[in-house]
Amino acid sequence: MQTVIEMRGIEKRFPGVHALKSARFDLRPGEVHALMGENGAGKSTLMKILAGIYRPDAGEILIDGKTIELASPRSAQAAGIGIIHQELSLMNDLTAAQNIFIGREPRRAFGLLDERLLNQQAAEIFKTMRLKLDPQATVGGLTIAKQQMVEIAKALSYNFRVLIMDEPTAALNDAEIADLFGIIRDLKVQGVGVVYISHKMDELKRIADRVTIMRDGEFVDTVPAADTPINTIITKMVGREVKDEPLQVPDTSKNPIALEVKGLRRGREIRDVSFSLARGEILGFAGLMGAGRTEVARAIFGADPLESGEILVHGKPQTIRSPHDAVKAGIGYLSEDRKHFGLALSMDVRNNIALASLKSFMRFPGRLDEKSMKNTAHDYIRKLAIRTPSDTQEVKLLSGGNQQKVVIAKWLLRNCDILIFDEPTRGIDVGAKSEIYQLLTNLSKSGKAIIVISSELPEVMRLSHRIAVMCEGRLTGILPGGAATGQEDIMRLATLRESMVVETDTEMQRRVG
Amino acid sequence: MTNTEITAPMAAAASKGRFSGAQQKLLAFGTLIILLIGFSLASPNFMQTTNILAILQATSVNGILAVAATLVIITGGIDLSVGTLMTFTAVIAGVVLTYWGMPLPLGILAAILTGALIGFTSGAIIAKMKIPPFIATLGMMLILKGLSLVISGTKPIYFNNTPSFPVISTGSITGDLIPGLPVPNGVLVLFLVAVLASYILGRTVLGRYCFALGSNEEAARLSGVSVDNWKMAIYALSGGICGIAGLVIASRLNSAQPALGQGYELDAIAAVVIGGTSLSGGRGTILGTLIGALIMSVLLNGLRILSMPQEWQTVVTGSIIIIAVYADMMRRRTA
Repeated sequence: MQTVIEMRGIEKRFPGVHALKSARFDLRPGEVHALMGENGAGKSTLMKILAGIYRPDAGEILIDGKTIELASPRSAQAAGIGIIHQELSLMNDLTAAQNIFIGREPRRAFGLLDERLLNQQAAEIFKTMRLKLDPQATVGGLTIAKQQMVEIAKALSYNFRVLIMDEPTAALNDAEIADLFGIIRDLKVQGVGVVYISHKMDELKRIADRVTIMRDGEFVDTVPAADTPINTIITKMVGREVKDEPLQVPDTSKNPIALEVKGLRRGREIRDVSFSLARGEILGFAGLMGAGRTEVARAIFGADPLESGEILVHGKPQTIRSPHDAVKAGIGYLSEDRKHFGLALSMDVRNNIALASLKSFMRFPGRLDEKSMKNTAHDYIRKLAIRTPSDTQEVKLLSGGNQQKVVIAKWLLRNCDILIFDEPTRGIDVGAKSEIYQLLTNLSKSGKAIIVISSELPEVMRLSHRIAVMCEGRLTGILPGGAATGQEDIMRLATLRESMVVETDTEMQRRVG
Repeated sequence: MTNTEITAPMAAAASKGRFSGAQQKLLAFGTLIILLIGFSLASPNFMQTTNILAILQATSVNGILAVAATLVIITGGIDLSVGTLMTFTAVIAGVVLTYWGMPLPLGILAAILTGALIGFTSGAIIAKMKIPPFIATLGMMLILKGLSLVISGTKPIYFNNTPSFPVISTGSITGDLIPGLPVPNGVLVLFLVAVLASYILGRTVLGRYCFALGSNEEAARLSGVSVDNWKMAIYALSGGICGIAGLVIASRLNSAQPALGQGYELDAIAAVVIGGTSLSGGRGTILGTLIGALIMSVLLNGLRILSMPQEWQTVVTGSIIIIAVYADMMRRRTA
């Protein structure tokens, strides 16, 4: 079949490292070609070369069978290649339409902007996307999902022949993902080739035609998406079998209670939430986006205020007004957004591990004991198998999984008994995911009380000894973990809106009890 | 998989990271050396002992203020009040020593404590009232400027009751000990302040939190760090150092000049920036700041020796700031 893009023998070296080794990739018009691989496998580097952001050291790029030089993002755009980056790059204070046509605004005489035509053109694009969005809405006021849609609309407005999407669904919920897939199918019909980078296996089956797998900068294989088992793809990605032991729910009913919260409230976000958590237990929190799970976690941790409610740690009431209070009470919180809330990115592994415990390394007269910090860091690097060249490596250079381990090490060092994990595996590849799961299970075995918030149901079910489900700021039920609970049970509670609570109340009681 | 295994982009970036610190200092240091060589070739008067001592003496006040500014800038903040705070502490020293006739050590203590207290106040306005550092310290700059004039009755306060006061800046302990080494005390004070600040930044909890705040304040807060308290401590420390600068300049002039001060904050920030400290926080060194302050005074001194008109000296200084930051950015991009 005719290819629109062909990349052959692509070499790229960064100082001290061989990032791409004779990599290859091809794309047909009207297909969705997924690119898979662990972080650092070279997918992003390869796609940045295709988008003109990096120059390859060697190799050939052919468009419609003819060799082409992609010297800059502009020349790639001219060749009909567009990329939607993982991180949004919109201007928050401009409207959706202004963002889409930035730099290409329709003009009238004397350099005046034709705002009406601008909005009209944006509305047309939204219409083809079946997206209900006001072109004059300010982008900063939109949800992340809507912003993502504006970013996609911007890419569509160029009428690219090749569109590269880097993790486009990271911030979208199921309905929005379905919308996006509808748009991608329309693009296919128009003959646009789509390169799709994602870590979510289930999405491949739904949208991709072919899958190319990369590992350590090398091409591994290209397989048809439909009839290749997911396990085969994973094995090719990590180069080994990923073992995933089935969940064994321990009996923690006799363990002492580590954390108990009663009647937490704040406006519409947190509405009368009460639950308890035993030592050695993993309590999963499931729910749709905006159900209030993160809000509850941050409130318990003192990161956001509460209007009312009681928090008991090891049976003792605690006043928690700031993260400082929470940490003193032995509660650690691992945010879903590690880069913004978890790590000091430009600092090294050693200092990030020590960040919550610096005072314990203080010697007279305020000097930090670097040697003991170093030994501690080495200790945790070994214990948690953190992959880093040294403890003085800046954390921003680590992969997502290893960054997460650094954050975990930080809280273990601080000796926190209660650990709240908010989306512990977001942005982490498959191989590292099961390592994190194993780590959480081991932590619970060692007596830590753990809360896991996750939007991925399989993850909640894989980990949780009990599953708390939230909807619209309320705790709609707590289900037993393990095989007894199915995805449908969780989804039912997750969509149990307030008006429905009254009717199902009795049934609820039975289920929860 | 072993610990030493790293993924591709990681290693690439790792090798970048390893050189940047050294290169940053090298760049500023190289500029300084080139300036020194250039001016010595251009004028035989430049490399005279007296001239070198004059350069160092001229660096002392700006250098101390720049050290104070560095601490705050590394946290991702800014302090526009360092110049007028310096003047204010000088006026306080004048009040304590001349008006009240107290002994010298009390005057010194009063200036430093006043500086720390004002710094603490600025820190509290920023941390507790959540007012952006630029605004908070802009306000503080004007408040202190006004207060200095009010307290002194807009007239200079002379230190006639304290004959030993000028020694703080213009005397030379090293000259007394080793006759061939008449380094003015003001320069020694700068040196001590820099060593102390360097130690605090590199070795203490307070210093580590400076970098952590500048790198990611929210992550530090969510790690249980009492961000507000540490921030106030850093501004207080910076304010205390401004108090030292106030003593040095008052000692050199043998008077507290209440109208002086405004404009010093920008020279201090310029020195910090030339020294490679990032205005967005999280990165910076005291050594870099010292080199930055030296570059500025060497440049001014050299241009003066070459008889460049004063108005043109300012133009050159401004250009140097832009070139220095541009060079630093280019280095970062290509590294």
